[in-house]
Amino acid sequence: MTLRRKETLAAWLFLLPGFVGFAIFVFGAVVFSSVLSFFEWDMLTKPTFVGLRNFTKLFLADKTFHLVFRNTLWFVLGTVPTRVLLGLIFALILVRNVPGRTFFRAAIFLPVIIPTVAAAMVWRWIFNADFGLLNDFLYQIGVSNLPRWLSDPKWALVAIVILSVWKDVGFSTVMFMAGLQSIPTTVYEAAKLDGANAWKTFVHITLPLLSPTTFFVIVINVISSFQVFDQAYVLTGGGPGNATNTIVYYIYNNAFQWFRMGYAAAIAWVLFGIIFIATFVQFKYQRKWVYYE
Amino acid sequence: MRIKEKVLNWSLFCLMVIVAFIMLVPFFWMFSTSLKSLGEVFEYPPKWIPSQPRWENYARVWSVVPFGRYLLNSVIVSGSITLLHLLVASLSAFAFARLNFPGRDKLFLLYLATLMVPGQVTMIPNFILIKLLRLTDTYTGLILPNVFTAFGVFLLRQFFMTIPKDYEDAARIDGASRFYIYSRIILPLSVPALSTLAVFTFVFQWNNLLWPLVVVSKDSMKTITIGLASFQGMYGTTWNLLMAAAVMGILPSIVAFLIGQRFLIKGITLTGLKA
Repeated sequence: MTLRRKETLAAWLFLLPGFVGFAIFVFGAVVFSSVLSFFEWDMLTKPTFVGLRNFTKLFLADKTFHLVFRNTLWFVLGTVPTRVLLGLIFALILVRNVPGRTFFRAAIFLPVIIPTVAAAMVWRWIFNADFGLLNDFLYQIGVSNLPRWLSDPKWALVAIVILSVWKDVGFSTVMFMAGLQSIPTTVYEAAKLDGANAWKTFVHITLPLLSPTTFFVIVINVISSFQVFDQAYVLTGGGPGNATNTIVYYIYNNAFQWFRMGYAAAIAWVLFGIIFIATFVQFKYQRKWVYYE
Repeated sequence: MRIKEKVLNWSLFCLMVIVAFIMLVPFFWMFSTSLKSLGEVFEYPPKWIPSQPRWENYARVWSVVPFGRYLLNSVIVSGSITLLHLLVASLSAFAFARLNFPGRDKLFLLYLATLMVPGQVTMIPNFILIKLLRLTDTYTGLILPNVFTAFGVFLLRQFFMTIPKDYEDAARIDGASRFYIYSRIILPLSVPALSTLAVFTFVFQWNNLLWPLVVVSKDSMKTITIGLASFQGMYGTTWNLLMAAAVMGILPSIVAFLIGQRFLIKGITLTGLKA
């Protein structure tokens, strides 16, 4: 055996355990899932081929899907900018020599690591319309028309956004802190020598040099927000009505509550398409605002 | 100038006190409610500190649901996924980073491409497969489909690439096998990357709700996340017991956080991984 073939053989031996698993649970699953999206199957009777009908139904007829799509979009538009903006503000404060900054960073980051299920359980109690902490606070500061957070279709999605911002703002914060700390101090010194004030320095130096981090934080947040499920599952069960039903929740219900496997697979592919387009668009427009050295 | 800066820092300090208060109040409220009697829970105005801490709430949760079992299941499932993922990913990453074979870069690109596919796409076929193999309600069914993600392969490959070739050349001249180089040279040098990957895989799997929800229906196989969710289903507004359960659900994460905070945050910024 030549040395080259020996190395190839060795490489495949190293790859084998992972490759077998990947072939089944990832590559195989992706192929299976795309085939499945052209079928109707309840896992009891034989699958029937329906062509593109799952997709045409999804796009043209299924009012619930349109609703869960809108809900998810509102969720993304509500959480991503808030998390990014607050994360940036917190990071700008915490990279300064503020007393107690280690403690503050820990406080902001703590919710990130706990299970969303547990976080949603407390917030369900805080949002309780009659005995909840939040409405008590609002009452104390003089709000008379207290929202019935989780049972009012107008407010339920807002509640989910609040919970999600609280839960994950710490992620954006530590990412921005790392980004800010990697900007060399010499750049700031040069700006000072040139007589730039704090605001000018921020707009013309900090923001452009931070833009790769900002871009990354936005992309990651958009991808994960489109996949929102846990919060809605525990906090509202998708309700009231379908007010907080999301795309992933709808996939879950279709596949595992109603056993419409083909239809659920079709929705999952549409979700992939949405995330892909959202990410692609951001990558395309990044050169307009992201500054790479 | 220095005084101006000091004033600014202290006003920012005051602002951060409010922020920290908002971030921590849910934790405090969770804990406080967990020690109240049901009567006290619904008292108005809300009491911050219960008049008499009722620790027996915790015992009650423990007696109505097999809470210890949920925790044990979570440890077994998250622990096994983490170990297997580390093993499989480091073996693959070694081949991608250190060995030459035809089609290597194309195959690596294929692995990378799967990172874009959301988990919901593969979840449905994987459920069908697990069901056909009669592996629902088993540890294997909970563990196996979660072992194979390209993220670890990618992270470790990038790290292995940074290790200078000289290290292994010396060993190779001495006649060391490739497996020896992998296990005795590359792995020990990669402890920072491996431990970061381990912590994140563990935390991520510990918090995983959707997959256990899909493959488990037996109470004795529930992990902590679906255990909490189903407990909430049974005790909808018994807030003191719900909060006691939630406290126990987050306690392992908090302990882990307090021990490895610096390390965790460093890891997050290193990898950009979201727990």
